[in-house]
Amino acid sequence: MEKIYTVSVFTENSIGMLNRITIIFTRRHLNIDSITASESEVKDVFRYTIVLRTSKEQVDKVIGQIEKLVDVLKAFVHEESEIVHQEIALYKIKTDNLTNGSVEKVIRENYARILTVDPMFMVIEKTGHVEETQLLFEKLKPFGILEFARSGRVAVTKPMKELSTYLKEIEKSN
Amino acid sequence: MTELKITGAQAVIKSLVEENINTIFGYPGGAIMPIYDALYDYTDSINHVLVRHEQGAIHAAQGYARVSDKTGVVFATSGPGATNLITGLADALIDSTPLVCITGQVASHLLGTDAFQETDIIGISAPITKWNYQITKAHEIPSVIAKAFFIASSGRPGPVLIDITKDAQFESMQFYYEKCTKIRSYYPNPELNKDSVEEAAKLINQAKKPFLLIGQGIMLSNAEKELKEFVEKSGIPVASTLLGLGAFPKNHPLYVGYLGMHGDYAPNIKTNECDVLIAIGMRFDDRVTGDVSRYAKQAKVIHIEIDASELHKIIKADVPIHADAKEALKLLTASINKNQHDLWLEEFKSAKKTEVDTLKQSAEILHSEELKMNEVIELLSEITHGEAIVVTDVGQHQMMAARYYQFNKSKSNITSGGLGTMGFALPAAIGAKFGAPKNTVIAIIGDGGFQMTVQELGTILQSKIDVKIVILNNRFLGMVRQWQQLFFEKRYSFTEMISPDFVALAKAYSIEAAKIENRANLKDALLKMLNHDGSYLLEVMVAKEENVFPMVPTGASVSEIRLK
Repeated sequence: MEKIYTVSVFTENSIGMLNRITIIFTRRHLNIDSITASESEVKDVFRYTIVLRTSKEQVDKVIGQIEKLVDVLKAFVHEESEIVHQEIALYKIKTDNLTNGSVEKVIRENYARILTVDPMFMVIEKTGHVEETQLLFEKLKPFGILEFARSGRVAVTKPMKELSTYLKEIEKSN
Repeated sequence: MTELKITGAQAVIKSLVEENINTIFGYPGGAIMPIYDALYDYTDSINHVLVRHEQGAIHAAQGYARVSDKTGVVFATSGPGATNLITGLADALIDSTPLVCITGQVASHLLGTDAFQETDIIGISAPITKWNYQITKAHEIPSVIAKAFFIASSGRPGPVLIDITKDAQFESMQFYYEKCTKIRSYYPNPELNKDSVEEAAKLINQAKKPFLLIGQGIMLSNAEKELKEFVEKSGIPVASTLLGLGAFPKNHPLYVGYLGMHGDYAPNIKTNECDVLIAIGMRFDDRVTGDVSRYAKQAKVIHIEIDASELHKIIKADVPIHADAKEALKLLTASINKNQHDLWLEEFKSAKKTEVDTLKQSAEILHSEELKMNEVIELLSEITHGEAIVVTDVGQHQMMAARYYQFNKSKSNITSGGLGTMGFALPAAIGAKFGAPKNTVIAIIGDGGFQMTVQELGTILQSKIDVKIVILNNRFLGMVRQWQQLFFEKRYSFTEMISPDFVALAKAYSIEAAKIENRANLKDALLKMLNHDGSYLLEVMVAKEENVFPMVPTGASVSEIRLK
């Protein structure tokens, strides 16, 4: 049965890691829904968060292949219920189009915020799950969206033990 | 500790010396010239084998590594030199062969500019190397090479590629070498879980029909002795994968055959009748399992494997043991009861008789004057007492060699298993001879595969080594033709092959050669080849349309193995 899985990968900070990780998905004809990468709480250890829809069996095999990479410290797979996750979306809208007043309601109702206002355009920011950022997108559409960008998912896990003990081990080995 | 200022190119060679490397297979070119220049000062301590194509270099390094306990080393230039290594890298990865390939690269300021002979070999080789790395600064050279050798040879071995820009080869640096023994993100030596071993021992002690499958992992962990002790104490029948042949002597009373698509009848059908299946150092390749949904479903599976990603990958193991084969076998042998399974073993023997009788009948029906591949190989095995190093290519002759050569010695069966690379045998045999110079090395090759890397006859000529080449010429791409006959209504689409005069070709390279077409001449011809001082090519004309049986057709279960 296919489900959404979030894969967290911890790696050394070496060139080409993103490619090494993504080709493992490509080879199995798996499409990645979103991917983010950034330094983790441990210096020089990078964290990749990959979201995809597949079967448990397949994602477990993918984890095995990712962990086999020499520069990968550890990989984990989580179901939706096991993580807290978030995405960020930016909406650029022509300032002129916002003068009719109703935009305030949209921003309030969606818990969005205005990042910047320029004579020509303004940028609205919304963090949330994809359904929420998409909903705001639909609401702002009538005002004319000049540009829209949405990040991939970032996620932290609910079970405390495995990750924190594991990262401590990495720090100790330094 | 010695520190001195040298160039990056000199550091490459000095690092190889630190790793006790005395043989390199390679081909020079623009971007690797500084390294070749540095190598020129070491011609008395390092033997560089000049091949005729980089694919030849990497297959030779594979042959070298597979017969010895050493890591094969390859030099190639940038661009086409590097891309010509691709087939060998993929082959070495899937067949777990330790290699360190060093490629030259354009100068770092030219990276990404489509410079002459520039190619993204790091990107291209990422999926087919165990690890790869691009060096742009000379000071990285010793530590990266040390890391490369550690990664290539530890855990489940595999190929590593290091790409070095030309400016890094010229740059001067302080040389200091320290062997690599630990990388924090890499765990090659799993800790053996003693509870799992106990659990496995319990299953084995209770089993009525236990069955053991072995793969190349036995040889990679040098566990031949531990395997024998385990088998003799437990009394469990042993079958081998293609790459496992030689890990356990074929003439041992507990050896029951070769697994898989063209394997023996008994081990294939008994896989689906055993109660405990123990797999060691093998990965349940589809050529071994046939239809996995009908594979050993009745059995409890114990899988001993050093590569964690292989556990449960194809066959779910009831007792997975993530460990080195040697270590696990030692402990397992200590934990099991001494046992015998005479009745169960009898079942294998009677199945074997069914196979032998059926194949004999088929041969009688054919009753042809033409030579058969199996008789050539059986006679060769008899004459060499099953003790030569036999290097095979891919196809019918490969399956015949696996079936009919005795392989009484470990690391004597060198073939391209996982990737099925035609053209592997000739260069791999050259490398095998360098890796085991005291042994007789025989390459058995089909007429098709021979012509894929035939240029390496030039390497034999120049390096003056002694490799025996047997071409089993059936004037067809035999295995494809067999499938066309069985599954494509004999539509022989582009499988018939017209070949040159192989004897004349060998002689052009100053290699002694002969061609035979009759059974009567076979023994004399083989003896003449083996007794000849130096390389020798023997072309044997064999039946055009011989098939390899038994056979598990694609998609069938191992129980549905066909004898004819």
